[in-house]
Amino acid sequence: MKRQRRFALLKTAVAWLLAAIVLVPLCALVLTSFKTKPEAATMSLALPREFLFSNYLEAIQRGGLIRAFFNSVLISTTSAVLGIVCSAMGAFVLARHRSPINRVIYTYVFLGLIAPLNYVATIRVFQVLGLMNSYLGMILLDAALGIPFAVFVYTGFVASVPRELDEAAVVDGASPATMFFGIIFPLLKPVTVTAFVLNFMGAWNDFMSPLYLLNSSKLWPMVMSVYNFFGMHFNEWNMISAVIVMSTLPILILYIAGQRYVVSGMTSGAVKL
Amino acid sequence: MNARKVYSPAFLVPMLILYTALFIVPTLVGFGYSFTNWNSMSDVVKWVGLKNYREIFSPGSNYAQSLITTFWFTLSTVIFKGALGLALALMLHENIKSKDALRGVFFLPNTLSPLIIGILFASILAPKGVFNDFLRFIGLGWLAKGWLTRPDTALGAVVSVECWRMIGWNMVMLLAGLQSIPKDYFEASSIDGASWWGQFRHITLPCLAPSLTIVTVLNTIHGIKSFDIVFALTGGGPGAVTEVINVLVFREFSMGRYGMSTALGIVLFAVTAVIALFIKRTMSGGEEA
Repeated sequence: MKRQRRFALLKTAVAWLLAAIVLVPLCALVLTSFKTKPEAATMSLALPREFLFSNYLEAIQRGGLIRAFFNSVLISTTSAVLGIVCSAMGAFVLARHRSPINRVIYTYVFLGLIAPLNYVATIRVFQVLGLMNSYLGMILLDAALGIPFAVFVYTGFVASVPRELDEAAVVDGASPATMFFGIIFPLLKPVTVTAFVLNFMGAWNDFMSPLYLLNSSKLWPMVMSVYNFFGMHFNEWNMISAVIVMSTLPILILYIAGQRYVVSGMTSGAVKL
Repeated sequence: MNARKVYSPAFLVPMLILYTALFIVPTLVGFGYSFTNWNSMSDVVKWVGLKNYREIFSPGSNYAQSLITTFWFTLSTVIFKGALGLALALMLHENIKSKDALRGVFFLPNTLSPLIIGILFASILAPKGVFNDFLRFIGLGWLAKGWLTRPDTALGAVVSVECWRMIGWNMVMLLAGLQSIPKDYFEASSIDGASWWGQFRHITLPCLAPSLTIVTVLNTIHGIKSFDIVFALTGGGPGAVTEVINVLVFREFSMGRYGMSTALGIVLFAVTAVIALFIKRTMSGGEEA
């Protein structure tokens, strides 16, 4: 018995040692963000001589981070909401009415879960639609990119909502729209949270879309600002670290708050396929 | 009840418009442009037939080289992510203390932007970075080098960082698979005196096969599509040793060779689409069986 306990303790120790491989780079990042420029010449685990919180203020100003933050919030929130509403409606019909054409549509959407977007051609499409360099373009694109995954998790979940509910509503004379938004959509809440968190994260972390489609720095989301800042001040690791910390903090908070949903969404998404 | 009336096709319209306009249309447009010499130098877009594709597949070109690099990158990430993810999942499946916190920590990198992870590790793996400090600290100072700037280590370093990012995701997927194995299988075999290794080979692995398949397929697709992390770590260099397809797509684009860039994008699309339809078929086949 005692030997067994010692073995369990050993395993825990090994697990935390491995976890350190994940945590150490992130600690180095946070520590570096408080250092002076010469101290931060290389990232290391040495403690800063003095914690310079002023680095953050300086980074916010020089990186134009306030604007970038609101750009990210705007793009991520609206694209996630738009994508979710479109996906939930579509998935509901796809799950309930399995006609041959709907099966084809499902496969058609499924393709987007896997295949990459052709960004250079997207530029051409954006030019024709007048969406180049606009918030609207970015929002619509991130919404579209989030659709396949959301449709996929919604379709799986709708099956668990009893059909009798639809029938009862229809017998009572509700229109399809009232039936869906009044009765079904609220019942899909767990998936809605999952889809929202994942699509929000996807849009927040999306680097390729702004790289190809936004030339104007005024519209840049945070990740793009980090990249730009890194390119211009590549030897100021204290500033770069501060910028990185600030751009990941919102996602980190969202992850910690919604961890259950993120993980369940990921697994239900892939395991049931 | 009339299904067509209640489950109105109108519900599909917003989703289909958005997805078609911004995902399918660009793919089709790209397909069209991939047969042209569309570029930033001339205003006229000329039809060149299969010229771009012939260049991509001509042995020895840097395009063909990027296909090979992508292949090695994908193969090695698939193996390491899967194997290490499985090891972690097995470890955290058993009852050990603080396992929820550990799972949270291992999954954490997956939530961060790959671009930012790339920038972070560009510093960590630099000649004077934390990683080399660590090597010196444990007495392996002679190993210290600029991991990302040497042709012989750059690809390995990029693969390692990508694994650092994705092992936790693999772990979570495989944990879900492990949890679905009925416990009595293990109990019954323990009574029969099966060893850990015997249980692993005859119970865990066969029961986990569907999860392992999915994880492998998804890792393959992620590998083929990789961009941000390589772009931030090395930009495809040194030389072109880490230039995977998507990095080359961007380079061709920034050099104004749009037609070529779309052709590379189409190759990427074709490879992943074939894999996608393959998964779809095997999965739905399994469901009916």
